Amino acid sequence: MGAAHGGALTARYMPGGTAVHRLEPHVKLVSVLAFALVVVATPVHAPWAPVAYAGYLLAVLTAATVAGVGPGRLLRGLVVEIPFAAFAVLLPFVAGGPQVEVLGLSLSRSGLAAGGGLLAKATLSVLAATVLAATTEPRALLRGLERLRLPQVLVQILMFMIRYADVVGGELHRMRVARESRGFTGGGLRGLRVLGATAGALFVRSYERGERVHLAMLSRGYTGSVPTGPPAPVAPRSWAVALSLPLAAAAVLAAGMLAG
Amino acid sequence: MCNKVVVVHVPDGFLDVPTSLATGALAAGTVALALRKARTELDDRTAPLAGLTAAFVFAGQMINFPVATGTSGHLIGAVLAAVLVGPWTAVLCMTVVLLVQAVLFADGGLTALGTNVTLMALMAVVIGYGVFRGLSALLPRTRTGLLTATGTAAFLSVPAAALAFVVLFEIGGTVDVPLGTVAAAMTGVHLLIGLGEAAITVAVVGAVLAVRPDLVHGAARLRTATPLAGRPAAVMEGAR
Repeated sequence: MGAAHGGALTARYMPGGTAVHRLEPHVKLVSVLAFALVVVATPVHAPWAPVAYAGYLLAVLTAATVAGVGPGRLLRGLVVEIPFAAFAVLLPFVAGGPQVEVLGLSLSRSGLAAGGGLLAKATLSVLAATVLAATTEPRALLRGLERLRLPQVLVQILMFMIRYADVVGGELHRMRVARESRGFTGGGLRGLRVLGATAGALFVRSYERGERVHLAMLSRGYTGSVPTGPPAPVAPRSWAVALSLPLAAAAVLAAGMLAG
Repeated sequence: MCNKVVVVHVPDGFLDVPTSLATGALAAGTVALALRKARTELDDRTAPLAGLTAAFVFAGQMINFPVATGTSGHLIGAVLAAVLVGPWTAVLCMTVVLLVQAVLFADGGLTALGTNVTLMALMAVVIGYGVFRGLSALLPRTRTGLLTATGTAAFLSVPAAALAFVVLFEIGGTVDVPLGTVAAAMTGVHLLIGLGEAAITVAVVGAVLAVRPDLVHGAARLRTATPLAGRPAAVMEGAR
């Protein structure tokens, strides 16, 4: 299977019973979103920005430690930002403004600050989101999104996607095994026709499965919405624990604004 | 070890807060509209079929193709989904895929979700499907014509999304980068990725067209053009 997304949607989830695992999913979502907002709102060109990034990093690493998410897991989470890291590294070379000499290279001062800032902000947010994904099951995240008032139809589409991603992925895997056991080695344009036919068959099977699932649901009384029980009340303590991450970041930002 | 060029999954912090909020509002409006319009494409089957199509797009994104030496791109699937299930359902599928990638894989920032939906669910589908409809109206109503329109649309949808990102970066980015430099760099890479996108999209649509042409939403016009052929008399005789 492709290593990028992992075979299963649960690839990033680590079962556990830490304080972060026990938080309600929508509370965690709000917390991570608020943290990302604070990080994004930090002015890149302020002289105190690097100190603020260090403060945020301390906050998110503390959260990761409480959640029992190890450094290896966090580093693997960062792989997704590689393409944009390349983009950020290019900025000092192409940006305008005053130039500085670094190791014999003429670099833009604003480009350096911006490139470094973009990289820091993306990294911090990815770390926070990695902690969220590592401590929350996909289905729990779905319930969290539902409690945050995501439209019903979108929640249901998400539910079907999460439930069937493994089924469709497994189908793709079996087709690959079948191909390779018949001597297919792939690669290049010659393999493209075969892969195209594979993906075409995969679509037809996915779509037909969708039709069968729909009929099966209708025959079991599906009326267009999936009944869920009343949402459980959230203890104020949960909010306090979850919001300590963005509040710590906001305190750092406020301190920087006042001092700067 | 090959590097992956994942196309425009904007992380947090690349665009400033006002731009992120504006694209978020645009994305929310588009998704709300798509939620209503998708019912005309799929009626009450919207949720299961869009969900399974989203799972298919998600799985399809695991198919890598080489872009340049040591670098590989993967399918985005916006035009593929639009041609197969219709543009409004495609917007929903792409949105759901992006949401899952942001929440479960930290791929694309949460505050940048609106931006990513605008680029890959809105721009790629609108421009791609627009090109597809325009071309298929001009080209002959044949399998070749349909696949040519599909391929061109898939090819153009990738640099279109990349260029839209460049424009957003110019509006909401925090650096005074000359627009031309970024545009040239982004477009160059994404033209190559667009070629791979086009090749895979054409191969998949062609394969579905061969076995279940009734499932290809974009081929509805093709179906009316080729009525069911009657069974030749000789075969009827032979069958008896």
